[in-house]
Amino acid sequence: MAGIKKVTTPISEEQIRDLKAGDRVAISGVIYTGRDAAHKNLVNLLAEGKPLPLELENQIIYYVGPTPAKPGQAIGSCGPTTSGRMDAYAPLLIKLGLKGMIGKGPRNAKVISAMKEHGAVYFAAIGGAAAVIAQSVKKAEVIAFPELGPEAIHRLEVEDFPCIVAIDSEGNDLYVSGLEQYRLS
Amino acid sequence: MREIPVAKIVETVKGLCIEAACNLPEDVEELIKKSQGKEESEFGKYIFEQIIDNIKLARNEERPMCQDTGITVVYLELGQDVHITGGSLTAAIYEGVRQGYQEGYLRKSVVDDPVFLRKNTGDNTPAVIHTEVVTGEHLKIMIVPKGAGSENMGALKMLKPSDGIEGIKDFILKTVREAGGNPCPPIIVGVGIGGTMEKATMLAKKSLTRKAGEHNPDANYKALEEELLEKINLSGIGPQGLGGRVTALAVNIEAFPTHIATLPVAVNLNCHASRHSEAIL
Ligand code: SF4
Repeated sequence: MAGIKKVTTPISEEQIRDLKAGDRVAISGVIYTGRDAAHKNLVNLLAEGKPLPLELENQIIYYVGPTPAKPGQAIGSCGPTTSGRMDAYAPLLIKLGLKGMIGKGPRNAKVISAMKEHGAVYFAAIGGAAAVIAQSVKKAEVIAFPELGPEAIHRLEVEDFPCIVAIDSEGNDLYVSGLEQYRLS
Repeated sequence: MREIPVAKIVETVKGLCIEAACNLPEDVEELIKKSQGKEESEFGKYIFEQIIDNIKLARNEERPMCQDTGITVVYLELGQDVHITGGSLTAAIYEGVRQGYQEGYLRKSVVDDPVFLRKNTGDNTPAVIHTEVVTGEHLKIMIVPKGAGSENMGALKMLKPSDGIEGIKDFILKTVREAGGNPCPPIIVGVGIGGTMEKATMLAKKSLTRKAGEHNPDANYKALEEELLEKINLSGIGPQGLGGRVTALAVNIEAFPTHIATLPVAVNLNCHASRHSEAIL
């Protein structure tokens, strides 16, 4: 675990190629939130041929459903949710230009192969460190599906959002290699 | 006979919901700190540091330590000489949850119909309530917010008595391995053995509220807890599933007499955010 790499959004091809599984990164710029219900809505809109409420190209989606902000806070607590529940939707969004996903837990083979094919990165944030993570979010606003409450799509402005490259664009997977490195039985 | 007005219950449940979400019990924090020293991986050490910082920040600023403030599981220990006055006990608990989740800025994470509608109820009700009637004049209320990340990774198996202790170990280890990084390791592994199908799962869940650092008082079960913890921590899953020595903080086993022909085993996992709060009225 060397230094911390800075990543800014929209994320460039060059940055994607530079990120390797096992890198610690700090993300700054705009990222979008989305979890189960929002992903379902996005995929439904695409199926109906309707426009999406956000631009996917070179963007990052963070799998999170925050707690409500207290007065004076930009956002409530906002740690990652389990990414596997978005595996069914992710390959299509990656195909449409999504370059990064932030969540927790492993991804399936279909997601990883879409990431390799189209050049995308999966970042792990620390599940349960939600109050600490909230400190890197400077601004939050709901841009789509407000009826979904915590599951609405928020536009977040983040500064040095802390995470780890868990799966890189070549398919190197820390959930596999990390475990192998420490497995004794 | 002692009277307890529902207003008192509403107030208590409200406060306990907020406390549970923001203030990790100190015994759990101690166990996390104790386990931190065993971690060897760089990421694992970094994750432990972040988890500990998060516990302090959440407590000091009264922020939820995790955004998943759970579905609210409520354990009641109701003295048989208590008379609840002024309304329904269940309604009072729901009202306390409603107020706590609203006023504490906690996330409302409950959907009404589980299959067809899945519409958020907007106030985190209903809660899941387990009541035990005991002797005495008190009402003990324990609030356990249960997040989905770890809840989804639990499992139940109706083993055959002939599967024995090896069958039990295999099932527990398999469940933890398959859960991998999903339940936010380091985890606490709750195990219920015996009883009936539903009794085993209740034991597994209740075991998650055991005081951190304590073992089953029976020497056989204590040894099994220690053996399983060691085996789980050889898995390499590590903090957040990114590889390391500390996958679990504890294995808590509870057992109950069972039918001559059954051997139910339930595993209920909890993340490091092993939250609960309690009060006695
Ligand atoms: S498993 Fe626990 S720590 Fe992880 S997101 Fe869910 S509630 Fe939070």
